[in-house]
Amino acid sequence: MAIDVTKFHQTFFEESLEGLELMESGLLELEVGADNNEAINQIFRAAHSIKGGAGTFGFTAVTEFTHLLETILDRRRSGQAEVTQDAVDVLLESIDVLRDMLSATRDGNELDPADVVDVQARLQELVDRDVPAPDGATVPVPAPNEDAPTTGTDGDTALGTWRIVFKPQAHLFRTGNDPVRILGELAELGSYTVEADTSGLPSLADLDVESCYTVWTIELEGPTEQSAISQVFEWVEDDAEITITRLDTPAAPTAPDGLEASETATDAPAAGTGTGTADAERRTGGERRQAEAAHGAAATTTSIRVDIEKIDTLINMVGELVITQSMLQELAQGNAINTEKLREGLADLERNTRELQGSVMQIRMLPISFSFNRLPRLVRDLSGKLGKKVELKIHGESTELDKTVMEKIGDPLVHLIRNALDHGLETPEVRVANGKPETGRINLDAYHEGGNIVIEIADDGTGLNTQRILAKARERGLVGEDDQLTERQIHDLIFHPGFSTAEAISDISGRGVGMDVVKRNIMDLGGVIEVHSVAGRGSRFRIRLPLTLAILDGQVVRVRDQVFIVPLVSIVESILFDPVLTSSLARGAGVYRHREAAIPVIDLSESFGIPPASDTEGSTPLLVVVEAEGTRAGLLVDDLLAQQQIVIKSLKTNFRAVPGLSGATILGDGTVAMILDVNSVLGLYRQSMPARPAPDAAEPGSTPGHDVEDTAPAGGQSQTVSEPSDEEKGPR
Amino acid sequence: MTTITTEFTGTAETGLSTNQYLTFLLGNEEYGVDILRVQEIKGWERATEIPNTPDYIPGVMNLRGTVIPIVDLRRRFELGAADYTSTTVVIVLRIEGETGTRTMGFVVDAVSDVYNVASDHVQPAPDFGSRVNTQFIKGLATVDEKMVILLDIDRLIGLDAVFSSLDVVDDQRSNPSATSPQETE
Amino acid sequence: MPSILAVDDSVSMRQLVAFTLKEAGFDVIEAVDGEDALAKAQARRADVVLTDVNMPKMDGISLIRNLRQLPAYKFTPMLLLTTESAPEKKAEGKAAGATGWIVKPFNPEQLLATISKVIK
Repeated sequence: MAIDVTKFHQTFFEESLEGLELMESGLLELEVGADNNEAINQIFRAAHSIKGGAGTFGFTAVTEFTHLLETILDRRRSGQAEVTQDAVDVLLESIDVLRDMLSATRDGNELDPADVVDVQARLQELVDRDVPAPDGATVPVPAPNEDAPTTGTDGDTALGTWRIVFKPQAHLFRTGNDPVRILGELAELGSYTVEADTSGLPSLADLDVESCYTVWTIELEGPTEQSAISQVFEWVEDDAEITITRLDTPAAPTAPDGLEASETATDAPAAGTGTGTADAERRTGGERRQAEAAHGAAATTTSIRVDIEKIDTLINMVGELVITQSMLQELAQGNAINTEKLREGLADLERNTRELQGSVMQIRMLPISFSFNRLPRLVRDLSGKLGKKVELKIHGESTELDKTVMEKIGDPLVHLIRNALDHGLETPEVRVANGKPETGRINLDAYHEGGNIVIEIADDGTGLNTQRILAKARERGLVGEDDQLTERQIHDLIFHPGFSTAEAISDISGRGVGMDVVKRNIMDLGGVIEVHSVAGRGSRFRIRLPLTLAILDGQVVRVRDQVFIVPLVSIVESILFDPVLTSSLARGAGVYRHREAAIPVIDLSESFGIPPASDTEGSTPLLVVVEAEGTRAGLLVDDLLAQQQIVIKSLKTNFRAVPGLSGATILGDGTVAMILDVNSVLGLYRQSMPARPAPDAAEPGSTPGHDVEDTAPAGGQSQTVSEPSDEEKGPR
Repeated sequence: MTTITTEFTGTAETGLSTNQYLTFLLGNEEYGVDILRVQEIKGWERATEIPNTPDYIPGVMNLRGTVIPIVDLRRRFELGAADYTSTTVVIVLRIEGETGTRTMGFVVDAVSDVYNVASDHVQPAPDFGSRVNTQFIKGLATVDEKMVILLDIDRLIGLDAVFSSLDVVDDQRSNPSATSPQETE
Repeated sequence: MPSILAVDDSVSMRQLVAFTLKEAGFDVIEAVDGEDALAKAQARRADVVLTDVNMPKMDGISLIRNLRQLPAYKFTPMLLLTTESAPEKKAEGKAAGATGWIVKPFNPEQLLATISKVIK
């Protein structure tokens, strides 16, 4: 039977690359000179797995390279060598090389051998520099300690006659070994006669049926060698006394090959057991290289590793679904429909479906450590380059989020970390001068909050320089000379396109994307980023992202006779629309006084050109206060309907993107509803109102302190323009 | 490698090909579309309007979990509006365009027939004047003494800016319908 | 069909081993580490145990030592997947009750040949 091992290559590459990340983060945590036993063990295991897989799948170069790594790690975990800074450095570099090797092999690309050779040489140097291991066992295999050929000379082996005495210890059976199997294997080497000596059998009363008391004496005649015979006994040589004697040429010196100590081997540790296997290794080397060459450029498909528990949950749920389905079917086949039962069944179905949806979404969820893992290395490399001392603390790396979101959040995170290091943290001298600890801190934190994941990046550096930001913004005309901005507004300026306060373009964060790109990336994911900064104390960036891009929590609203979804994440609150508080009595246009601020009112029926429906006239409109990019606005709607999770369907698939909408969804009744893109709705509104009044300049309702906070239930309450609304808020 | 097999109902003697067309009625005219493009024919259900689109796009519908836009061909060709009833028919077609394959529904008065039309029976379209843009008419075929207008549905959609990606019409929110080929009101 | 408990924390190796054995007609129980294997071995009796050595949570040698304590696994053949660079693991494994070993890297044919040796 031929097994095509190439089908496991993809998995191998994936897990190996993951293993490298594990090794990398492990190495970064190693403390020079300290007791790192468990950490090194983990790193070693990862290296060992990669080597084992590479060997099996025939990626010889990877095997050889990883072998050096493994040797270095093994000596350090067994305490034979010290963990030094330069060892960690070389190991880290070798991880980069290995990553390139694996990627190149996967993609069928050629790798510049020079890159490999250099680091490999340094690894070798490290291996050589280490105190040579006292016992031969840990000497690496490429130079196996064999001094005589063993097997593999089957063709010209002369006939021989051998006597084998096999005296197992009583516990032989309890190693799972069976003398019958061993005798069977001997039969393959030639013809033999067996004599079983059962004299050791105790009396029936003392007999332990689980013990072995028999001694076998075998005379074997065949074209074989001693090494082949001893190989048959390889697994049991510690559990038995084995003597192999050549009968036909008794004078011939038998090559001692590992069983030399067999007469007394009962409690000696195995010696030289590696002999035959090293040979086998060499035999298969050729085939392997062929396999490697034939592998070629297999298309890289993206796949996802799913925890088996998640799959099991899914299977259970599908099982429940099937039960519900058959229950309903049975119900439908009955003569009289039992409505009570039907209702129950449908309730089950609803629950099953909801749970199933949840579980399927769970499959795409991965711990954020996949994104965080690359950051310690970045911090390490950068701090060295910048001459700064940094301690990076990571919390919440097991927080899960959607794979797609994860893939897109990596670059913004890297940028924020770079920024924190480059512009945030001071040099050790400056820090000490300012009474701070020499080592700066960067905290990276992730946690779930509602239906979102929050990622925080905080540093204890200088904080944002508001003076400089404001000056720069004025210079660039982003802010008028006389405009007074709050501190928060000034901080938000750093997200403005093209804004940078770095005096000199530094090598580190001056290149690549700016903060505006970071913000745009996050907004593209439906997320928000905020900065909080205290001069001299540090900055904290807070990113809030939806857990998944496929589903959102939505508020269903009615605008005339049409239904729309407003993402809950954008909604600040929903209030009854009080016409008194608007600067214009006409429905729609104008500014609304809301919590001490004036916000523009956007009449969705106008923005979307929805004609009036006769039956909705006269009902009390509601104002859904939304926020996007720090701007608030009120969306005028006729009714608030359900809040529900919705599955986002792209309009681009069969139509195109539509301004003001982020997509569509299918509601419970099978109809389609449009999902508002609040950001874009606000943008549309601004475009349509080129001469809009400055929000705070408008003079809306008469009483600034007024606050209508009826978190609106469904409409239906009537309210007239003339009603004095100052004191008596709430329902009348 | 996969080979792409093209369906040919050819007449060997002439070397000419015959295509099958599904025909439908719009007012007094009979139109045909390549039957290989037809995915299904379904009844009218209330569509959800897409904001700021011309009136010949009544909205989108749910086709078994996929959201597809609907084009009212009667309005598109300015043949006057007809009420949508439960007997109104939507032909779901596959549209091939630069951006890939899309699925769209087309509202017609009624589905008529399926015809085999040999390519030599197709004549080029005459100038219909300003009413109908002949660019998306493949030709005219005479079948059983009747004239059938064969539509090139890909071009009908491809030439209509309403269906082009937002990157092009982004921010031109002012009046998307003004970009459609012939608006003569 | 004899059932084989295949234990490896490496997904690709486990897939390869499981696939090879299944193709050969064995019933394969997969486990990701020693703890997982110990639980699975108790839930369902395996005729042969095939385990990697280096694994998180519980390594292959401890797994064998633990399994051997169980009455159901007193005589069950248990094989270690060892590497050529760690001969001391063989002795350690034997001391823990391993039947024998398979040296990595191996090809599917070698794996099946060894398995067939211990299957009665």
